Amino acid sequence: MQRIKRYFWGAAAAVAAAAGFTDPTWAADSIKIGEINSYTGLPAFTIPYRNGWELAVEEVNAKGGLLGGRQIEVISRDDGGKPGDAVRIANELVTSEGVDVLAGTFFSHVGLAVSDFAAHNQVLFVAAEPLTDAITWEEGNRYTFRLRPSTYMQAAMLVEEAAKLPAKRWATVAPNYEYGQSAVAIFKELLQAKRPDVEFVGEQWPALGKIDAGSTVQALAASQPDAIFNVTFGADLSSFVREGSLRGLFEDRAVVSLLTGEPEYLDPLKGEAPEGWIVTGYPWDQIDTPEHNAFIDAYQERFDDYPRLGSVVGYTTFKAIAAAIEKAGSTDTEALVDAMEGLTVSSPFGEIEFRTIDHQATMGAYVGKIALEDGRGVMTDWRYADGADYLPPDAVVAERRPE
Amino acid sequence: MAFYVAQFLSGLSQAASLFLVAAGLSIIFGVTRIVNFAHGSFYMLGAYLAYMMADMWSGAVGFWGAILLSALTVGLLGVAMEVLLLRRLYRSPELFQLLATFGVVLVVQDVALAIWGPEDLLGPRAPGLDGVVRIFGLPFPQYELFLIVLGPAVLGLLWLTFHRTRWGTLVRAATQDREMTAALGVNQTWLFTSVLFLGSALAGLGGALQIPREAVNLQMDINIVVEAFVVVVVGGMGSVTGAFLAALLIGQLQAFGILIFPGITLVLVFLVMAVVLVVRPYGLLGRAPATARGESHALEPPLYPAGRGLQFAGLALIVALIALPAVLGDYALVVLTEVLILALFAASLHFIMGPGGMISFGHAAYFGLGAYGAALLVEHFDAGMVTGLVVAPLAAGVGALLFGWFCVRLSGVYLAMLTLAFAQIVWSVAFQWYSVTGGDNGILGVWPAAWASPKWVFYYLTLVLCTGGVLLLRRIIFAPFGYALRAGRDSPLRSDAIGLDVTRYQWLAFTLAGTFAGLAGGLYAYAKGSVFPTLLDIPISVDGLVMVLLGGVQTLSGPIVGAAVFHGLETEMVRYTDYWRLLLGLTIILLVLVFPQGIVGALQSRLGARFSPRLREQVAR
Amino acid sequence: MSVLEVEGLAKSFGGVQAVRNVAFTLDAGELLALIGPNGAGKTTCFNLLNGQLQPDAGEVRLAGTSLIGKSPRKIWRLGVGRTFQITATYRSMSVRENVQMVLLSHHRRMLGFWRRAADLYRDEATALLERVGMAGQAERPCSVLAYGDLKRVELAMALASRPRLLLMDEPTAGMAPKERIELMALTADLVRESGIAVLFTEHDMDVVFTHAHRIIVLNRGEMIAAGPPDAVRGDPRVQEVYLGSGAMFGQGKDKDSAA
Repeated sequence: MQRIKRYFWGAAAAVAAAAGFTDPTWAADSIKIGEINSYTGLPAFTIPYRNGWELAVEEVNAKGGLLGGRQIEVISRDDGGKPGDAVRIANELVTSEGVDVLAGTFFSHVGLAVSDFAAHNQVLFVAAEPLTDAITWEEGNRYTFRLRPSTYMQAAMLVEEAAKLPAKRWATVAPNYEYGQSAVAIFKELLQAKRPDVEFVGEQWPALGKIDAGSTVQALAASQPDAIFNVTFGADLSSFVREGSLRGLFEDRAVVSLLTGEPEYLDPLKGEAPEGWIVTGYPWDQIDTPEHNAFIDAYQERFDDYPRLGSVVGYTTFKAIAAAIEKAGSTDTEALVDAMEGLTVSSPFGEIEFRTIDHQATMGAYVGKIALEDGRGVMTDWRYADGADYLPPDAVVAERRPE
Repeated sequence: MAFYVAQFLSGLSQAASLFLVAAGLSIIFGVTRIVNFAHGSFYMLGAYLAYMMADMWSGAVGFWGAILLSALTVGLLGVAMEVLLLRRLYRSPELFQLLATFGVVLVVQDVALAIWGPEDLLGPRAPGLDGVVRIFGLPFPQYELFLIVLGPAVLGLLWLTFHRTRWGTLVRAATQDREMTAALGVNQTWLFTSVLFLGSALAGLGGALQIPREAVNLQMDINIVVEAFVVVVVGGMGSVTGAFLAALLIGQLQAFGILIFPGITLVLVFLVMAVVLVVRPYGLLGRAPATARGESHALEPPLYPAGRGLQFAGLALIVALIALPAVLGDYALVVLTEVLILALFAASLHFIMGPGGMISFGHAAYFGLGAYGAALLVEHFDAGMVTGLVVAPLAAGVGALLFGWFCVRLSGVYLAMLTLAFAQIVWSVAFQWYSVTGGDNGILGVWPAAWASPKWVFYYLTLVLCTGGVLLLRRIIFAPFGYALRAGRDSPLRSDAIGLDVTRYQWLAFTLAGTFAGLAGGLYAYAKGSVFPTLLDIPISVDGLVMVLLGGVQTLSGPIVGAAVFHGLETEMVRYTDYWRLLLGLTIILLVLVFPQGIVGALQSRLGARFSPRLREQVAR
Repeated sequence: MSVLEVEGLAKSFGGVQAVRNVAFTLDAGELLALIGPNGAGKTTCFNLLNGQLQPDAGEVRLAGTSLIGKSPRKIWRLGVGRTFQITATYRSMSVRENVQMVLLSHHRRMLGFWRRAADLYRDEATALLERVGMAGQAERPCSVLAYGDLKRVELAMALASRPRLLLMDEPTAGMAPKERIELMALTADLVRESGIAVLFTEHDMDVVFTHAHRIIVLNRGEMIAAGPPDAVRGDPRVQEVYLGSGAMFGQGKDKDSAA
């Protein structure tokens, strides 16, 4: 009750007098990082993500912090999935909290809004999760870097597998928004470049979160494809998988599917995970590298839970920021941006680099097949696809990215 | 052939799911006239409860028991909402209960997250119905067939209840003419409570029956509630059979529409609604309200120009707003700038809702059109900020002129839903027309001109434009045009008899409101630096409604106070806790209970003597 | 020329002839009562005159101008005012503002966006309210007025547009007997002063026979009698129609007045 009261009066006071914006700064010499993400908008991904960055920050601070003993202090805010709110929060973090770096965001439009804010206000922004290619290419700017492999990179990883399939008639199903649209467009373009004999015979665009799975499955089947490229995820994916399995859509058909191997999306499917689908994902329980083992041990000890892909993203984002600060030797924005360019960081997936040419990290993803094991979906026959190998030639990037 | 049959059946099963939810909403609205935003939340709770129970008890009995028990539980939650909350608000202004149910939506979202966690939960398949049958050789799920049968069965049961029981007769009577039923001595309290039970239980059942079809998730509430409203309105408010027909129509158009235009999924239901409402203003089976006197039932208090006290307070506020940059930091100015913009947005919505008596669920269209008007100029013509701010209201005004022509021909919730349909159509255009609008990646780089870049300069610019806009709207309300609007709201019959073309004035008012909303949207674009389709989307419209109702729709300063309180609460709560939705929802519920006329409305009736001496004196005589 | 000329007016609803072959004229300064038992077609007749309904056949002329096919708004502009059986005033406005609304509309000033409506035609509105004895309550909102007072406000509103013809639908319905007499006396005075022609329907036969200059009796949609009160009172057909309902004219004990 005391807490609620405090919030209530705090808020009321703010409304009445527009006061209450000055929080006491209690760690004067700490390095402040402002973090924005859609915690209420997409908790399934963002809560493991937060665990990840908390772990990274604790590790850095436990080792004595940065720049000779300065601790990292993270000020984290929920953007509610709204770009306008994210920009206000970015304003707050920069002008009122005095953060040195901005990080985070999940949704592409929120990420773009913050990246534009960062460019306008000359603050470093490390976008953690947004997938849109625009953030590093068409709308790319000096102050924005992105960690996760982009839509282009992930689609390219799957094209490599798809091209090996005998299938010639392809159908696509993707949520009806930018991510879905560009994933399909890239997949089509790259696959047809590798396999001119391939044709696309059907496409479905269910509204995000509102798939009418029965009709969609039936419509896809009607186009009689040899293989299907799927971009749906979350609740749409489980409906699609259920209806598709029941109605025999996946019988004798290959399915290539984006992100489905990530624990966030694979685990809810439990025993109904679609066997044989070729996916990008994160087989957290099978990776046996020193970097990953160290990460997973620390994570499980700290949270008593297994990491999701979001955890790796959160962890690596903040490790990268820490590395950049050390490399720059200061928290000066221009120095930080220069440090970020070409920065190499050790991630649970191995060493990655933030490319100078487009500020995209070379973090990759795991590509494999889904299998059932003890009543749950796992990835088999997987390999790590290094992001660096799935980016277009520099000339293409330079053309798409403004100076 | 086989394929078309299968597609037809898929459409039917989708329609059956939709019908169950919509039927409950339709019954609740028909009797209580409450626009129940929480209906989707009950649907979601039904799904979560059924998942939880089916997970605990296995087997056929466990599964079907879980479905029924969760429906009953949700029905009881509906009763709780009625008894604890809605019952206290039946004497509030029209639509005020909407605000309370909005609070419930926020609370349920966080409660569900706290109880069931963030991950999607895939429930079991229905025991005994987990296979397929072959129809013309194509496999078709048994469970979908079950739903196809269940829809008409529920319709039949409801029909029998309404036509063969005394309770049902009362419900139908209340749906047709609420005053008459009250006059006949029917115990309304009991009737409302029981209707909330039935309606909520149907929502719960609808949700529970989804667990074999989709993973239970935290977006289920938002994803269903708007569609359920569409079905209810297309069918005709209060007509369960109409809801059934509407669900069939939408289900089939969806099933076959995606074969021809796969991209139509975003906007199909709203296109259907717009067409139906333009052709049939009361939906497929709806009737014009029986009380065709056309008088507004809520007693509208008179409006008086500001007395000395209020004038002084207003002046003091403006002086304070002018002085604030001297003492406030940049971030505080950013928030204040937003409050000013939202105050203008809310005031423009209030202009048509209060004096105009026209509810809008789609005011975001004009906010967004303003923002896009400015942003598109920047993007494609490299226009400056001043040009952008001139074009923003014009673009929105033209949109409002176009859509308003259709909307003002309707009334009540039908009008509101048509505004929503148009807003969603505009939204889907912005969302999908990549080459021009950038789709959902939006338009970036819409920053103020260099001279207006400092936060305090932009703040003053916003202060001048928004205060000017709000005062101008206020001025118009007291000018003959504002009186003509109120006249149309108070008594269309009388207005017709003294030569007032109410529809034309409403159209003009709609356009004006859109224009001012567009100015707010234009300012918002420059304040944020980027524009996205979210600015045209339902949450913005809902925020506007919440601000107007929270402040008090029957007052002139209500929208401004509502904007400040709502935005202030939201921005502050986000800073302190992850559970800000719970906190915000509870705060709204609390405010609604403490101020059942809205904040300013309640203050006015309590402190009326001080601010508006004439009011008390004249009423009391 | 008569203010109002009605010829061969007819209207049916789904085969039921609600009004047939109604014809009469009305002169300036004349008070004409339209009476008849329930369902006789009085309201239909009224709505045909004010434009709410379109007749199947017949002609309605106001000072020579045909009103057929014109909207209620247009008919009002041509000089036909009306009051309602159940009062229709603007409840969120004060008494004076209600009258000002009519004045603003009459002077086509409704599209003003700047000047305060409450300052326009204020004196004129006050004068009208004085005339109906409501000036003392000019500032009160209509929502709190007694019913009899609302009727007076409506009268002031009807007069504000300086109509040539005033249609009054049961002007005294729902009022106490004393108020009725006062209101009709007031109406009669106003008619005399301004030369307006008044057509009214009424259940209260005291009111009708005291104030009407002429009376038209409708039964089942047809005119069965027309003429000065004394002639109508003595008409055997009228006697027959009204005896059935138990009311005797001129006895002042109408049990069937509007409920």
